[in-house]
Parts: sequence; C-alpha cells; structure tokens
Amino acid sequence: MRRRTIFRNKLLPYLLLTPQLAITIIFFFYPAAQALYQSMLFEDPFGLRTQFVWFENFQTVLSSPLYLEAARVTLVFSVAVTLGAMAPALLLAVMADQVLRGATGYRTLIVWPYAIAPAVAAVLMLFIFHPTIGQIGQGLRALGVPWDYRIHGGQALFLVIFVSAWKQVSYNFLFFLAGLQSIPKTIVEAAAIDGASPTRRFWRVIFPLLSPTTFFLLVVNIIYAFFDTFGVIHAQTQGGPGRATTTLMYRLYRDGWVNLDLGGSSAQSVLLMAAVIGLTVIQFRYIERRVHY
Amino acid sequence: MRMRLFHRSLIAILAAILAFGTTANAQPVEVEFWHGFTGTLGELLEGYVAEFNESQTAYQVNPSYKGSYPDTMVAAIAAFRAGNAPHLVQMFEVGTATMMNAGGAIKPVYELFEETGVDVDMDIYIPAIAGYYSDADGRMLSMPFNSSTPIMWVNLDALRAAGLDPATTPLETWADVRTAAKAVVDAGAAPCGVSFAWPSWTQFENFSAWHDVPLATLENGMGGLGTELTINSPLHVAHLQMLIDMQAEGSFTYGGRTSAADPLFSSGECSMLVASSGLLARILRESTFEWSARYMPYHAEAEGAPQNSIIGGASLWVMQAPNRTVEEYRAVAEFFAFISSLEMAERWHLDTGYLPIRFGVYEKLEAEGYYVENPGRAVPYQQLTLNPPTENSRGLRLGNMPEIRDIIYEEIELAFQGQKTAQQALDSAVERGNVVLRNFQRTYE
Repeated sequence: MRRRTIFRNKLLPYLLLTPQLAITIIFFFYPAAQALYQSMLFEDPFGLRTQFVWFENFQTVLSSPLYLEAARVTLVFSVAVTLGAMAPALLLAVMADQVLRGATGYRTLIVWPYAIAPAVAAVLMLFIFHPTIGQIGQGLRALGVPWDYRIHGGQALFLVIFVSAWKQVSYNFLFFLAGLQSIPKTIVEAAAIDGASPTRRFWRVIFPLLSPTTFFLLVVNIIYAFFDTFGVIHAQTQGGPGRATTTLMYRLYRDGWVNLDLGGSSAQSVLLMAAVIGLTVIQFRYIERRVHY
Repeated sequence: MRMRLFHRSLIAILAAILAFGTTANAQPVEVEFWHGFTGTLGELLEGYVAEFNESQTAYQVNPSYKGSYPDTMVAAIAAFRAGNAPHLVQMFEVGTATMMNAGGAIKPVYELFEETGVDVDMDIYIPAIAGYYSDADGRMLSMPFNSSTPIMWVNLDALRAAGLDPATTPLETWADVRTAAKAVVDAGAAPCGVSFAWPSWTQFENFSAWHDVPLATLENGMGGLGTELTINSPLHVAHLQMLIDMQAEGSFTYGGRTSAADPLFSSGECSMLVASSGLLARILRESTFEWSARYMPYHAEAEGAPQNSIIGGASLWVMQAPNRTVEEYRAVAEFFAFISSLEMAERWHLDTGYLPIRFGVYEKLEAEGYYVENPGRAVPYQQLTLNPPTENSRGLRLGNMPEIRDIIYEEIELAFQGQKTAQQALDSAVERGNVVLRNFQRTYE
C-alpha cells in the first residue's frame, strides 16, 4: 500500500491560492472580460451614448485591408525580432562560455543594454541613425546610401526591428549562458574524445541539450515582439512612414488612445489576445515535442 | 536629547493640526486644472495660476501637467468616465469637435458665465479665434488661450550664401520659394531647401484657408456632422504633386509627422520652414544665423489666395462631474476673468510668442513700437487677420480630427515614397477620412 499525505483541511489549499487567484482575477480576467464587453459597443469617447452592436466592431476590423496590412507587418516584425534577438545572443553566450579571463566583465557589458528602457533605447538609436544628426545616418549618406527612415518604409521597419532585437539580446544571452553552463562538461568531453569536431559537438550535443532554454526564449521573445516593442515604435516612427511600422499593437494603441474608438480598439485587443493564446498553444503542442528536458 | 527632539516634533505636528483645523472653515474652493505644457511654457502657465491664487483667498486653482495634448485629452476623458473629471482642461484645437459634441460632459463657457453671473465680455476676441471656438449661434464654448498660426521661417544667411539678396528675392508664392530653395541646395548653402512641420495643419488645413478653398464640405464641418473632405481638389493635388517634384529635384525635404521638422530650421538644416509661429522662442534660443518671418507661400494661380491663415494651439474647456457645486463653477469663471484681462493677454503674448488673442493687445504694442524692434512677432497676427474670414477660412470642425491627420500623414508619405501618385494618395485620404467622419456622425446622431 502506498503511503499518501492527506490534508484534512479542505479550506487550506484554497486559502493558500487566494492571493494569486485574486491577482489573476483582478488584473487579468476582469480587464479581459471588460475588453470583451467593450468590443461589442459603439460609443462616443465620453460614454454618453452607447449602442450594443454585437460583433460589428470585429467585422469592421477584420474586413479592413489596413488591419490585414498591420497583421503582415506584425508577422515580419515578430519573426525578425525573435531571430535577431536570439541568434546573436546564442553566439555571444557560446563565446562568453569559453572565455576564461575577464568573463564577468564581458558578461556585465553584454547584459547592460537590458537595463535601458525601450523608449530610451529608441531615442538613443534615433540619435545614431538620424539621417542628418546621427553618426551612422550621416555616414551612410556620405557613402551614397539614400538613408532616410522618415521616408523609406523598409528602412524604418529595419530600424525598429534592429532596436527591438538589440534590446532583447542581453536577456536571451543570460538565459543561454545559464543553459550552457548547466550542460555537464563530461558529455561534451565524451563527444570530443569520440572525435566530433567543435561544430558537430555544438549542433549534435549542445544545441539539443539547450532546447528547453531555446524553447522558453522563443515563447518569451514572440510575446516580447508582440507586446513590449510599443515604446520603440512610438519613439522612433509612430507607425510610419505610411504604415510601414504599424504593427497590430501600435494600431490598437492608435485607435484606442488617439482616435478614441474604444469599441474598435477593444475588438482588436480581443483578437490580439486570441492570437497570442493560439500561438502559445501551438508552440506547446508542436514545438515542445521536440524539446529534450 | 533624543526624547526632547521627539517631544518637539510632536508639539510641532499638533500645532500644525490645530492650525489646519482652524483655517478649515475658510478653505478656498479648489479647482483642478489639467494642462499639456512642459518646460518654459509649463512654468509660465503655472506662474500665472499662482498669481491668480495669490490675488484672492476664496479660490485656489491647482494646475497639473498631464502629458502631451492628446494624452491630456485621453486623461480627461478617462477621468470623466470614472466620475471625477477635472474642472478645467486644456484641449488642442483638433479636439474641439469631440468636446463640442460631448453634451453632458462639458459646460460651454457662455453658460458658465450666465450661471455664475461673472461678467466676462466674449466680444474681445479677434474673429479668427472666436470663430474657431463658437457654436453656430456665435456663442463661445471654450475659453481661447494659447493660439498660434503657421508662418514661413527663412534663413537669410543661407539665401545670401546661395547668391540671393533677401531684400529683393521674392518669397511670396510657391514658385518663388521653389526657385530659391533650388538655388540654396544647388549652391550647397544648406542641405535642405524647404520643409514643413505639422504636415496636415500647415499643408492642408491652413493651406485650404490661405487659398480660400474648402477643406471639407458644410463650411469645413462648422455647418453640420454630414461633412465630407474635399482635399482631393485640383489645387490640393497640384500642390502635393509640386512637393513630389521638388523632392525629386532636391529642393524639398519631408521632415516627418507632427513637430518632427521643428529642429530643421534652427539647426540650419533647412533654409526655409513652414511651421508654427510658436517656434519663435526656440529659434531665438538656438539659431546662429540671421532669419526672418514671412507669410506662408501660396499658389499664384489660386484666385482667393492669400486669404487668411487659421489657428492652432489650445483652448480651455470646463468639464462637468457629479457633485460639482456652483461655487466651483464660480471659481473657474473668476479664473477665466483673471487670465482674459488685457494685461494677462499681453504678457502671455510677450512671454511665449503665442498670438495676441484679444483686441487691444496688438494695437497697444504696435503703438509702443514693439513690433519694429521685434520683427518676427507681428507677421503671425497680420497673416491671421489679413482678410475677414470666409467660410473656408473661419476654422474647421471635423470629428475625430486626430485620426484624420494620421490618415493624411500616411497617405502623403506613401506619395513621397512613390508608392502612390498625388491624386491616388489624396483620393484615398478623402475616402478613408470620410469613413472616420461617418463614424463620428453615427456616434452623435
């Protein structure tokens, strides 16, 4: 017979869960429910006249070619930011893992950018890449590159991707480095004794063993690209030129806060919420299967 | 020793409580005033408010900065929805239509003065300003405060470096400006010939008024909610096409949305810039060259040009909230009486460079010779009052105007990128803008 620990008090587990549940309900479920309700309203900004319109806001949003365009921008943006933030971080982590002297110094320097607020990072880069007052901007123009992100949509998109990714490299670096250091040296040494080249060792041994970290970072980075890059876009391009850098998140902000279309922006936030839930579910169902813990 | 200190502070605290308790009966009526001014302007504004508070004991106005104009607007709306709107909020001109239609959320100032019996003459404001903030019956809805208008700033040193004599080179029409800008760029006197800030405000809203053509039907929306944009008219298209051509030849550089182009003039980057008259303070502080202020350029082939320009800036709106007392409204009215005095209007104009908004100020300063000593300062007022306003140049009242401005930014940027022709861009702007206007109409009908 198995021995089991039995808590006789039925109330205790609920009591212990209460603080977390309260936070979840107040800060997540309640606003989500309110967004859902608001997404079915058509009203003036002051809430003086309200009509209940069922799913009309969703219909308007989804049938708008501009919304689909923002979805496309978001896709390009998110994939590029995720890749751009993870690949260099992995490279740096592998390098830093091998450094023996001054390792702490390197690590500190690489982690530094993470301490910079998104909006500050954006303004900083703006001064570097500005076509007339920025060093790199001026340099590019001197080389004959028609650099001006205020007019060229592609350049603007590149700039916000670059800054968003740059900021996240530090965070990824920390996790990759911790992941690398938790891989037992004996396994890597065994592979070396078997004659596997450093490249082969990395891809066949280290990378698979790092997969839980990589998977975790993938989820975190996609969510970062979706929700936390607002500051960068707002400070640098405000969604322009044209609509080149208007992501779904930025569009939502603009419709809600500048255009004061509360119903439409609530509908967008409900859609965005659904998209992120869907994306996370897909990641856990399909990608996680290939993760070795 | 320590104990004594403790006792002393205890006594001090008790004394403070007692003092507070005795004055509680004569507490002034407090008024919350939300504004969108930072830096020098914020300090000046709060200084004026402090003067009002010191000038009497019955009322106390508490100013607080709530972020940029759009942020202040959103904050006020959110506060209203939560049932604690500020008494007074500074609102930018494009929020005017939204506020006007916000029936139960605002108290029109003419009503405020009627109800409180405070006597402030509303006929003291110059028509170009009064018209912007009045309803169809000419009754003032919000209190005019800081108004500016776009003019053209010219770098005289850059012109000279390009071999142009500022005294004889005409800069009245766009053709003149184009020639001069081309000469400046070709001579390498400045990397950018001409540019503009606030693209929608300067190149569409003011452009239309200045050329006496409508921006939208129904007197630019003043005549009703059924208004539709008319910015794809031949003149508007020709203007955008000219800018595209100038961009191709290098004489015009697009400076970005909202105020992004403001630094281009004082840094010497652009030899000419169409921008707010409110840029004066910054130019005085930052520029290292000789400059002059001119009227906005116009197209000579347009019959009505030059007409008069229209204003931007902000006005003060009175908001309603549950439990608001007559005394509180009276406090607001008294504050309005204070800031609208001739003396305050004059000081505001001199301190900030904003327009003299009421009759008497300009005339007085002109008689004193102020404008001879400070040339840039008279141009905005003269341009604003160049002719009596027509229905195209009285102002505009379009719902969700911030959204329409964004649409205009997007579409002209697509035209400057070469993705759309001038006609396509403006057709699309009209089409999309009209959807916004119909949504606004639907909300209020």
